[in-house]
Amino acid sequence: MAMGQEKVIEDLKNKFPEKIKDVSVRFGDDIVIIDRDSLLDIVKFLKEKPHDFAMLLDLTCVDYSGQKDRFEMVYHLFSLSSNLRLRIKTRLSGKDPSIDSLTSVWKNANWLEREVYDMFGVRFEGHPYLRRLFMYDGFEGHPLRKDYPLRKRQPRIPMRKEE
Amino acid sequence: MGKVNRQKKRAGPVRGGFITTRLNSMIGWGRKYSLFQYPFITACCGMEYMSVACAHYDLDRFGMGWTRFSPRQADMLLVVGTITQKEAPVLKTVYDQMTEPKWVVAFGACAVSGGIYDNYAVVQGIDNIIPVDVYIPGCPPRPETILDALIKLQQKVQKEGHEWRWGKKK
Amino acid sequence: MTFRVQEEARKESLLVNMGPSHPAMHGTTRIMLELDGEKIINCELEMGYLHRGFEKICEHKTYFNLLPYTDRLNYVSPLINNCGYVMTMEKMLGIEVPERAQYIRVIMCELSRICDHLTALAAMAMECGAFTVFLYKMKAREFIWDVMEQTTGVRMTTSYIRIGGVRADLHPNWRETTKIAIDETRKVLKDISGLLDKNKIFLNRTRDVAVVSPELAISYGWTGPCLRSTGIYYDVRKAHPYLVYDKLDFEVPLGERGDNFDRYMVRMKEMEQSLRIVEQCLKKIPEPSSPSALMAEGIEPAEAIKKSRSKRVEGKIKLSPNLEGSEKEKYKGIISDSKGSIIPPKEDTYTNIEGLINHFKFFMKGHGIRPPKGEVYFSVEGGSGELGYYIVSDGTDKPYRLHLRAPCFHIVSSLEEIIRGHYVADVIPTFGSMNMIGGELDR
Repeated sequence: MAMGQEKVIEDLKNKFPEKIKDVSVRFGDDIVIIDRDSLLDIVKFLKEKPHDFAMLLDLTCVDYSGQKDRFEMVYHLFSLSSNLRLRIKTRLSGKDPSIDSLTSVWKNANWLEREVYDMFGVRFEGHPYLRRLFMYDGFEGHPLRKDYPLRKRQPRIPMRKEE
Repeated sequence: MGKVNRQKKRAGPVRGGFITTRLNSMIGWGRKYSLFQYPFITACCGMEYMSVACAHYDLDRFGMGWTRFSPRQADMLLVVGTITQKEAPVLKTVYDQMTEPKWVVAFGACAVSGGIYDNYAVVQGIDNIIPVDVYIPGCPPRPETILDALIKLQQKVQKEGHEWRWGKKK
Repeated sequence: MTFRVQEEARKESLLVNMGPSHPAMHGTTRIMLELDGEKIINCELEMGYLHRGFEKICEHKTYFNLLPYTDRLNYVSPLINNCGYVMTMEKMLGIEVPERAQYIRVIMCELSRICDHLTALAAMAMECGAFTVFLYKMKAREFIWDVMEQTTGVRMTTSYIRIGGVRADLHPNWRETTKIAIDETRKVLKDISGLLDKNKIFLNRTRDVAVVSPELAISYGWTGPCLRSTGIYYDVRKAHPYLVYDKLDFEVPLGERGDNFDRYMVRMKEMEQSLRIVEQCLKKIPEPSSPSALMAEGIEPAEAIKKSRSKRVEGKIKLSPNLEGSEKEKYKGIISDSKGSIIPPKEDTYTNIEGLINHFKFFMKGHGIRPPKGEVYFSVEGGSGELGYYIVSDGTDKPYRLHLRAPCFHIVSSLEEIIRGHYVADVIPTFGSMNMIGGELDR
């Protein structure tokens, strides 16, 4: 871990002792696994100075189907002033997954969360306009889930010939 | 009796008198050298289309220089790139809005058959939606392939029959 | 289902749809505007018309098989996407790339970046009415594509950069072709500067239009030339140097006001810097590990296979012209020697059993590249900004999840807020300066 990175993790652990579940390093990236309910507090704490993680680089979801907490939300934060990257992960249950929305903190979270809702079905509480982004209205199902077959097509207009 | 039968059995090029065949060729000649194209560009093949239309491999010398970005004014629909399920009604609407005579060219592997994308989101070939005249394979096709295909389309336009214009009305 | 713009619209305003098939929409996006006369009150953007299921299909292909899919993401700068994916895999597998291959990658990435900026500005200028600019830039792009075609064999979607290095060595005549490309591009850039930089009409359409403050840009997650046009100095090549960028001398141009004209100027200056980088690589690139081989020499493959049954074959084997540049002597310079992640040289595959087994194990389902379990994120500087790949591996030969951090996704998501209060005609240069590429935006 880089020098600045250690200090950030230390401060996080001091401020939220019971919310941080695990801290690890994998292939040179720093990963922090947190509790689902404390996401908004931790993220607001990191955004302020001195840590200054001003940019949300990416927000995505992974489907570990078969495990108890099926969905894992992954957030990549970046600090321009100290040139540090941090990955925050949290687990959601498979039945009706939902989590706080980050649209009040960063503006690009709007479309990123719509993409996750479209592809995985995770609901974001507090999102102003949660609606499908890539797929069209009327599409049933969430394509990137592991139980959605790759080739299941739902045509919008009738096709001229059988495949 | 036998003479009439033999005449009926002989199939061949467009039947008719000397004047109507000359008129057919003239209409075909006029149409093929002034095709107004509507490039329905979606994806990567658009880059190759752009370089065919520009100075290096000029499309204008074949009479297809004018891109008309309105279906009402175009007579050739050039479907360039992948067509997804979300885009399919749009393509059908644009095709329906074009007036006769119209020709469709499927440009690139994705438009011909879905290309490398065999999944939930991509239409496996635009001939599932609209009838196609010329298919251009390639991912993306080389400019020489595109020019060859457009010349073949021109030959097809030249050979079209116009008997319905001067045939006897029944 | 009604859209937000329809629900929020006042009764007296006009709703206009700039539909998916529109010449200025760079492919397929749909912008819905609520107008009061010519002024835009509300705006909504609908995308997803080119969603090709890239992330889903990558979960069903092996790590090597999905390389062509990465080419077609940002199709105006294809080699940069290749490079990003491959470097993410190398970070996971811990592979070192030889120096000559790194220089080749830098040359190809910078030429792709020049193509990206040329195409973006050509489209932006054409939609403002400057058709000559479009024709000149396409001419310059042809020369750059000539360079890429000579080495890789394909003009656009190459799949040239492989895990461990590159597929083949540079063509023997690459220096002359590259010099011609650089000279022609410089001429074109000079002409375009003369046409547009002080042009009253272009300035009226782009100066002080769609001004973006640095705080707004960071809040939206902007990166790349658009972020640098607001004055913030962030370039992945300088902040987290990769390949040999730390050995090369180049500047990062910054803008001042964050309007459309600054986004145009930053891209023009970046093209000049990229040309400088390519010229430095021309001088600094290490020599190939063997001089350029002639394909016509050597014994036929069938004969070599027959001979190898009794004893090891000495001497050259005449390979097919498709494999020019990837002969065995060149391998040391262009690709690393980690056994499980590269295709062995064809001479080995034909003549000895180790080569045959390595080839077999690379391509067979269930074998091949199998990185350790875990997840990794790596980013490169793409044409529009920070292009990042997030790969989760579960130890098998297929990725468990592959996610792309698309730079233009974040930039385009801000259009709805930026364009409010401007006129309808301002949508075109603003959208053009954002450089939306459908393949990357919709994946």
